[in-house]
Amino acid sequence: MTVAAAEDPVKLSEFEARLERGETIEPKDWMPEKYRKQLIRMMSQHAHSEVVGMLPEGNWITRAPSLRRKMVLLAKVQDEGGHGLYIYCGTETLGVGREELIEQLLAGKAKYSSIFNYPTLTWADIGVIGWLVDGAAIVNQTMLAKTSYGPYARAMIRICKEENFHKRQGYEICSVMAKGTPAQRAMVQDAVNRWWWPSLMMFGPSDGTSPNSAELMRWRVKRETNDALRQRFVNLTIPQAQAIGLTVPDPDLRYNAETENWEFGAIDWSEFQAVIAGNGPCNRERLAARRKAHDEGAWVRAAAEAHADKQAARNSEHAA
Amino acid sequence: MTEARAQAAIAAGVAPTGPTAGVAGNPLFEYLCRMGDDRLVLGHRLSEWAGHAPILEEDIALSNFALDFVGQAAALLKLAGEVEGKGRDEDALAYHRDENEFRNVLLVELPRGDFAFTMVRQYLFDAFDVLALERLVKSRHEVLAGIAAKALKEAKYHARHSGEWVVRLGDGTEESHRRTQAALDALWSYPSEFFVADGVDAAMVEQGIGLDLPSLKAPWEITVRETLTRATLTVPNDPRIVRGGRLGRHSEHLGHMLAQMQILPRSHPGAQW
Repeated sequence: MTVAAAEDPVKLSEFEARLERGETIEPKDWMPEKYRKQLIRMMSQHAHSEVVGMLPEGNWITRAPSLRRKMVLLAKVQDEGGHGLYIYCGTETLGVGREELIEQLLAGKAKYSSIFNYPTLTWADIGVIGWLVDGAAIVNQTMLAKTSYGPYARAMIRICKEENFHKRQGYEICSVMAKGTPAQRAMVQDAVNRWWWPSLMMFGPSDGTSPNSAELMRWRVKRETNDALRQRFVNLTIPQAQAIGLTVPDPDLRYNAETENWEFGAIDWSEFQAVIAGNGPCNRERLAARRKAHDEGAWVRAAAEAHADKQAARNSEHAA
Repeated sequence: MTEARAQAAIAAGVAPTGPTAGVAGNPLFEYLCRMGDDRLVLGHRLSEWAGHAPILEEDIALSNFALDFVGQAAALLKLAGEVEGKGRDEDALAYHRDENEFRNVLLVELPRGDFAFTMVRQYLFDAFDVLALERLVKSRHEVLAGIAAKALKEAKYHARHSGEWVVRLGDGTEESHRRTQAALDALWSYPSEFFVADGVDAAMVEQGIGLDLPSLKAPWEITVRETLTRATLTVPNDPRIVRGGRLGRHSEHLGHMLAQMQILPRSHPGAQW
């Protein structure tokens, strides 16, 4: 794709007309370079988030408190790896390979969801991540299932189904703990207190300050604004918290009967910016863990390649 | 306890000491715990890879195998609890038994090591697992036969996957060959424990429930040696005596693993999760 082609006004207006008609864009279709770049950025961030997201939850697989919980968590972490793989394959349709994207991640150049830079301190965190973090992800991804790029939209439909299962199991963990012993109730309330605000930040900056929103909306990559999605998430979540007797750490929270919205207090965007900039509680640990896995796996990948080459050579000898 | 007495205890299928003394009266319970514990412990070791594997595909595969094994363990320990009839379910057996009450072979409790160690260990187990399950599907115990039938499908897939990795790593680069040979050297004596039969096994064979373990040794060796040859690996001559797991005498590693695995239910007695 050349820059000249991307700037071709005729092609661009045809492209925008297609979006206007609600058509999806497929890999072989012409698309503006900026559209391709935005998609690669979003999809790679998403894939990286799935992969890095295996770490905070993986932290509790070996300590899950029952065999059933262990199995559900294993299945969940496995799903996340699968989502990562699936979306990396999606970016390949846009001309970028997984290896290149992973290098960007490990070099600290590519972003992943800031939420995974917070530590999982107790078993309740596993419940709260499922309920709040996956809950927020579903709100976001339900919108992305209607995104204008076909492969991403189709991936999202499948991913949303699994995320719904993750959210349900997370909420169930919270609900069981909230009905449990005083120590369990304290544990789950503490986890909600720690994860609530970072979950709200998952939708990204406010509409006014989001650098990419306008363009993404115009090209129907995103169908709704960060603030609208955040409000929907809060409206969905507060009744769920109430149903199991948990509170969120927001003294300004109140229900507005007129707008039917749960109005919430101000988000501390300085914390969000700090985490995005790499200074969250676990940024360094997360990247170090991924780098370690990657570096220590180098000989395995080299071996697989060497063996495949040997096999190919043997096969061609047989054929000859 | 002297070695001679220990051997006699093994022959009689009696756990020599400890809280499981008396299981000789219930060999099926003991038998199911052995099978269940092998899978629970191995599943735990595999699960330690989640998020740390050399390639994303292996993060997924190893988590999936861990899930298969923990699932099999849950079914077997649940059945064990029913057979025992003392009100213990699979979680009570997994989380509230001490180290010396675990009945897994020593192979599965060793720390995961590098990827070569994990894959060689896995293959040595999987090759045995397929053979054992193929016989157990014919067990007279219907529930056990059902569990085995489901597990057999998974085991065949596991064995193909781990076997292919052993070949790939053995016949890969110089470094991968060296690491895989080192893993094989470290592990080769451990599977001998699979094939040791005692009074529990004899009772299970007699009742048409269990299988004749020593008869699996030859077919296991043929299969495994064929794979190791393809992997260009040398079968070591390691005369170490490796056994004890079936009687609750473990390596130094299991205690650490259980401390981690059991911490939550043990710290919160009576809590539901």
